[in-house]
Amino acid sequence: MELAFIIEKFILITVIFSVSLGVAAYSTLAERKIAGYLQDRVGPSRAGWGGMFQPLADGLKMFFKEEIIPAESSKALFILGPSLALLTACIGSAVIPWGQDVLIADRLVSLQVTDINVGILYIFGVVSLGVYGIMIGGWASNNKFSLMGAVRAASQSISYEIPMGLSIIALLLATNTLSMKEIAEQQHGANWNILYQPLGFLIFLVCSFAETNRTPFDLPECETELVGGYHTEYSGFKMGAFMFAEYLNMFLASAVMSTLYFGGYNYPGMDWVNEMTGPTIGPLIGMGVLFLKIFVFIFFFMWVRWTVPRFRYDQLMNLGWKILIPLAIANIVITGVVITFVDKL
Amino acid sequence: MEPLSNRKKVLEQKPMNFWERLYLPAIFQGMGITFMHMFKKKETIFYPEVEREFSENWRGLHSLKRDENGAERCTACGLCALSCPAEAITMIAGERQKGEEHLYREEKYAAVYEINMLRCIFCGLCEEACPKEAIYLDGPIVPADYLRKDFIYGKDKLVEEPIGSL
Repeated sequence: MELAFIIEKFILITVIFSVSLGVAAYSTLAERKIAGYLQDRVGPSRAGWGGMFQPLADGLKMFFKEEIIPAESSKALFILGPSLALLTACIGSAVIPWGQDVLIADRLVSLQVTDINVGILYIFGVVSLGVYGIMIGGWASNNKFSLMGAVRAASQSISYEIPMGLSIIALLLATNTLSMKEIAEQQHGANWNILYQPLGFLIFLVCSFAETNRTPFDLPECETELVGGYHTEYSGFKMGAFMFAEYLNMFLASAVMSTLYFGGYNYPGMDWVNEMTGPTIGPLIGMGVLFLKIFVFIFFFMWVRWTVPRFRYDQLMNLGWKILIPLAIANIVITGVVITFVDKL
Repeated sequence: MEPLSNRKKVLEQKPMNFWERLYLPAIFQGMGITFMHMFKKKETIFYPEVEREFSENWRGLHSLKRDENGAERCTACGLCALSCPAEAITMIAGERQKGEEHLYREEKYAAVYEINMLRCIFCGLCEEACPKEAIYLDGPIVPADYLRKDFIYGKDKLVEEPIGSL
């Protein structure tokens, strides 16, 4: 039993890890394709059918590039930076419930690596750790542009974690649990949290953009002002690690948003489908639905990136501190009042 | 002062109302516009396979012309090299020997004629300077290459094919 459990989790972790890496790799292609299509171009189209092997070619290019470590940098930290960024981006997916329990060979297999009872807090912690990689990398480069980028990343992360946390608090008031699995189960069918927390979702969405350093909040790597931002001095695979971490974070943010607000693996009419397909195929369909939602969110991330221009630094701070935090607090108050009212009735 | 024309428009900058200060409607409008662009016809031309149609006075790779008998028109006067603002053209003149009349039209000809395609700016001044109508920029786009030396085009690449071989 114990061995079977370890094997089950090991397989699950391996699959999730490789899938998220694959999604991140193909996000780079999707980004360039979508950028092309939104600008009346076709994007990369040479490597393989319609550019299918472009991520492979990019990865290969990254491997063969010379890896430069600046002479004046702190070498250990310089290497630690991208490693940490990649690590924190990878471990976040551990608490995402990818689907209902699947019946495989008379064993009920949970499609979640671990159901810790503070799942949301864990994700929160991991996401905030992500900025350490950027911070350490930018500082260790011994380059003023890198440092500026890193400082921006840190201040942006701090500013937007507060409204993010506050919007989560309103969600917790509505769901009464911190466990990702329970939150997903509560949204059975079409009973999604977005219906109860539209404002909270909007705040969470904006903060996710800021936390993942995506346009319009990509000030840490603002090319027009800071050369390359925190990764100015990075080249080769370490540069690739930073890029990859960004796409992994985007995948994670999409998964979290789908799970928290858009029902995760739940979809209207899932009971009927589960009855028709049985306990093995049914949950896997739910997993497919979750991935569909994630891809829609990733598309949304890219769509926004190629539409909205970057914020100025003061606008970023204004939006974070003067608009989103009051809004999030108001959201908590309204949610609290409504819940008390509904309970009294 | 009296305005010279009545085309001047005074732009009124009103303070934004609440709806505009939300920014979200404007952002969604912009996203709608970009989304519609996904379905527009793509402007991409797949270059090596498909070539853009060039205008009639487009200046491309040079070609050294032959006359109606298939003899090279160039007489190595050096006016093209002199007129070249990028100093891309070098040539060494040679004297026509007996029995070479079918090869070169004049008594003097260019034994070596080289254009450095990395220097050339395709201005067409050589074409204008040539008194013998021997050089025209009527070729295709100069292809990419790996080595600098391969961009120095000699007579083997510049002189147009003899009439017989066409």
